Amino acid sequence: MRHSADAISVTNLTKTFGGEWSLFGGRSHEIRAVRNVTLALKHGETLAIVGESGSGKSTLARMVVGLEVPTSGEMRIVGKDAAALRAEGPRAFGRVIQYVFQDPVASLNPRKTVGAILDTPLQLLKGYDQRRRRARAMQLLDAVQMPSDTLERYPHEFSGGQAQRIAIARALAAEPRILVLDEPVSALDVSVQAQVLLLLQDLRQEFDLSYLFISHDLAVVESISDRVAVMFFGEVVEVGAAEQLFRSPEHEYTKQLIASAPRLGTALEGSTRS
Amino acid sequence: MAAYIAKRLIAAIPVLLGLSLIVFLIMAMIPGDPATAILGSYATPENVARLNRSLGLDKPLPQQYVIWLGNLLQGDFGRSYALNRPVLDEILERFSATLILAGTSLVLCSVFGLLAGIVSAVRQFGWVDRIVTFFVLIGISIPSFFLGLLFILFFAVQLRVLPASGMYAIYGGGDLPDLLRHLVLPATTLAVVATGVVARLTRTAMLEVLRQDYIRTARAKGLSERKVIYRHALKAAMVSIVPVIGLQAGFVLGGAVYIETVFQWPGIGAMLVKAISTRDILLVQGGVLFVAAAYVFVNLIADVIQAMLDPRLKA
Amino acid sequence: MSTPVVQAASEQERGGRRPTAWRLLMNNRLAAAGFFVLATIIVVALLAPILPLHDPNVTSPADRLLPVFSEGHPLGTDHLGRDVLARLVWGTRVSLVVGVSAALLAAFTGSLIGLVAGYMGGRADNLMMRGIDMLMAFPYILLALAIVAVLGPGLLNALYAIAVVNIPFFARNVRGITLGLSHREFVDAARLSGKSHLSIVLTEILPNVLPVIVITMSTTVGWMILETAGLSFLGLGAQPPQADLGSMLGQGRSLLFTAPMISVIPGVMVFLIVMSINLFGDGIRDVLDPRLRAGTLSRPMAVTRLDRKEVPELDETARRSALAVRELETGFEGVDGIEMAVKRVSFTLRTGECLGLVGESGSGKSVTALSLLRLVASPPGTITGGAVAIGGRDVFALPEAEIASLRGGKMAYIFQDPLTTLHPLFTIGEQIAEAVRAHQPVSRRKAHEKAVELLRSVRIPDPEQRAKSYPHQLSGGQRQRVGIAMALANDPDIIVADEPTTALDVTVQAEILQLLQVLRRERGLALLFITHDFGVVAEICDRVAVMRHGEIVEEGETRDVLGSPRHPYTRRLIACVPRPGQGSAFLDAIRAMPAETEGAGIA
Repeated sequence: MRHSADAISVTNLTKTFGGEWSLFGGRSHEIRAVRNVTLALKHGETLAIVGESGSGKSTLARMVVGLEVPTSGEMRIVGKDAAALRAEGPRAFGRVIQYVFQDPVASLNPRKTVGAILDTPLQLLKGYDQRRRRARAMQLLDAVQMPSDTLERYPHEFSGGQAQRIAIARALAAEPRILVLDEPVSALDVSVQAQVLLLLQDLRQEFDLSYLFISHDLAVVESISDRVAVMFFGEVVEVGAAEQLFRSPEHEYTKQLIASAPRLGTALEGSTRS
Repeated sequence: MAAYIAKRLIAAIPVLLGLSLIVFLIMAMIPGDPATAILGSYATPENVARLNRSLGLDKPLPQQYVIWLGNLLQGDFGRSYALNRPVLDEILERFSATLILAGTSLVLCSVFGLLAGIVSAVRQFGWVDRIVTFFVLIGISIPSFFLGLLFILFFAVQLRVLPASGMYAIYGGGDLPDLLRHLVLPATTLAVVATGVVARLTRTAMLEVLRQDYIRTARAKGLSERKVIYRHALKAAMVSIVPVIGLQAGFVLGGAVYIETVFQWPGIGAMLVKAISTRDILLVQGGVLFVAAAYVFVNLIADVIQAMLDPRLKA
Repeated sequence: MSTPVVQAASEQERGGRRPTAWRLLMNNRLAAAGFFVLATIIVVALLAPILPLHDPNVTSPADRLLPVFSEGHPLGTDHLGRDVLARLVWGTRVSLVVGVSAALLAAFTGSLIGLVAGYMGGRADNLMMRGIDMLMAFPYILLALAIVAVLGPGLLNALYAIAVVNIPFFARNVRGITLGLSHREFVDAARLSGKSHLSIVLTEILPNVLPVIVITMSTTVGWMILETAGLSFLGLGAQPPQADLGSMLGQGRSLLFTAPMISVIPGVMVFLIVMSINLFGDGIRDVLDPRLRAGTLSRPMAVTRLDRKEVPELDETARRSALAVRELETGFEGVDGIEMAVKRVSFTLRTGECLGLVGESGSGKSVTALSLLRLVASPPGTITGGAVAIGGRDVFALPEAEIASLRGGKMAYIFQDPLTTLHPLFTIGEQIAEAVRAHQPVSRRKAHEKAVELLRSVRIPDPEQRAKSYPHQLSGGQRQRVGIAMALANDPDIIVADEPTTALDVTVQAEILQLLQVLRRERGLALLFITHDFGVVAEICDRVAVMRHGEIVEEGETRDVLGSPRHPYTRRLIACVPRPGQGSAFLDAIRAMPAETEGAGIA
């Protein structure tokens, strides 16, 4: 029963910004960030959303975790209607779905220790007592491969890759079923990026998670996702299994995107491989 | 540009309405019967009743405001009972004196503040910068009314080179040189604080701009350091300096209250202080509204200059 | 697998080596002086009831107007024979209490308005800020006067009036910061962690806003003391027999010509208090404001400071190549001495060649690029050694004017983010024409024509019209084309491109890279290309140098370095780049990689 339901399914989802009447002056310019998107994230899979700036991929992600309210359309999270979930109170979303941000440093409050940051979801979403929270925080740090003395430190003491590990630990603290990863490795150097991707893949197995992975980097997407959806100006123009989509893209835009990506291979093609 | 100015003018209307509303509400907040407060406690009941009617005080508050505003727009600011003349006449007579004083100060503080700030930023940590910083600190820390007294003591009492008070000499004055002689001390006093504020801000704004990436681009193009500083950096810094000069208009218009009192300058500030102590409410109301409107107008000019400098603001 | 891969950040940071805020504050001599003067005044004012002073309000007509240093009255007496010293101490007490209370009242109310408006945004924000704008539409003191006019003269009313007048400063500052913070990711993260709005404002935002409130307070409390004194001076504040410094000054004014000391003494006192507060306040601001603390508000010089210990001989290759760098060393001066960012870097760029300088963040690649024509911001940057040869001449031996003529002349730069690197207030046509005129003695009109031509050569459609646009009116890709056009203005031999496509989308990046490639071939340019992206290097560079920690670890033909890297760091970096078609095999390869050894410094 659990495996039959989709982790996320959205139908005809649309988000429009602006267009309200202001106090003085006229109507502000209307922007349709997401247009009629229909998608499903199956349980246990990684679905990547690929697109360039302004494609609406981040807006879609923010709606799915409840940070934005859709203008129209239907959204079901683990089989439950999102509107019903929202009616249950602000904490209902966070218990099933969590978000990992692009800029790890900005996603951690500079004036709080890592311990305090991890403590919040454990207390408010899980309701654990103090002793259990502490133990759980240690387990989480261990899961993201950070030393235990991390708890007493402040975010600025860590590098980008370390901060992203902490942010992932915070997302896992709520014991969600789904993680939305919004460009989680874009701000990181390549070597760190590879380690974080590896970590994410291991965590998916370990915690039985489903991932919605937002990225502009095709090669990164190809390495971690099962299926890929390509977004262009608010619309999904192509969806398919990762291998299939990268090998034989159908939509013009997808083809252009794949052709544009700079590739390491260019220089090597003529070289003699040993 | 014309469209932008029109837009700003239209946007000034709600501000002016808001100002009038605040001033009106302040009057409405006066404890007890306003008519008695205006006429004084010795007024006859008939006079009080007549004033109540003419001000529409027997009607509900919103309606009172509309009546009052209607009167204002027709140039009727009411009558000062203490001076026994229309409020508008008294204000108009004194407003020019305040404008001369505040205007001169504004020009002084803009010119000297800008110069000091620029030199100070360009020669950061040099001796000019130190001297400017020192005088700025004194300027913004000294009470202007106290500085005025010191000036009187020194220039009028000790050296006897400049008059201590008034706008014109009582005998034989009245011409421009006489006015200028009287203007030197009050205008300088009033400008000191504002100069300090402008200089300080100009220095910070310049230093901040000089750190921007586009200044590095200007240097990478091979521009001379003079061009980098006086063309690229100064223009960008002016965008944040202009509104501060606009703000200084508020400081000199408000600060005129002290200076006019100290130097017995026959402007609106001195009038307001007197009117407040005699509880001449209509005169206070009219004076505050008039000066505030003038300030709105100055800020409007500052906005327009700022938009001329920065094309992004016109959008 | 569960062993921590990453060692915690540097140990010293925790060991208390970082100076505390208080120590920093006291290191600032002026701030410390301000603090001690202020503290002395406050202590004396607090002790007023137990100090051996005369009763400040007892009149004694026999002792009227005694001069300063009279027996029993060190500061003399006033026109009613009251002791000036006693009145000064008690008056100071009143002035301080009123000023500080007004500051606290204004800070509390204003910050509250600012927090709520900034966090809620939308209509509520609009409404509240319009109200604040209304208050600010009154000249500063005038509103206070109007309020006192209604409430009637009196010290408490003056206090309210001054507080109200200062509310907008707090509301605006706090709102600005709050607005910025409430869109930050950590606020969203706190919401997803289950925090309520109230709890977010109080525990997430307020701690970050607090420094701003303290700064605003330290810069306004001085004014507030001044303004309350001012109202009292006008007779609208403290009423007799109660006296604060302002009313003492006001009463003394009538005796200005006969007994000036009676007004001068309280005046000096107000000045001392306000000045010490301002000094101390500036010190607090310097410590709390991150921009000032980082020392970033110092004026960068026209050229990077040069402090070469030794000058390397230029070899034959260096003299004949387009650009040669030998043993370059650049560092940043900090509190604990100089920190090196570029360590003895040497490379050669031949005519018409494209050399890639690749490395991760902090590898020193950009600093290297900027050092070539002494463009590293200085202070704190300093070039401590090495030589750069352009056309065979040592750049560092040239006078400033000649360096300026090289910049944008023989060698031009293209920077990363064209939105911040183009001047926002000049049209792009003006900016390109200016680059032309900096090096060529041509008329304004001629320079403009040349600018249009350059815009056409970087494939900007409708260049005559586009030349009149401001940078913000163009797309990111077009802006970078403008950056390239500007670099081409004087037909340079060498172009240094510092991550020119990093801020762009992939499809736009591909176009810009192609444009650079075409221009390079057409004009025979030598290109030094700084990037972190091996894919980009593979696309356009003939040779590549890999940087780490300020050093070049490997250099060679692009094909060789990428195909069979020799240095373990390069090997590792390349293995970490996922390739199209590799799919999930990529992560398997990463898993199989040996664990990083401590000191490899990749994390």
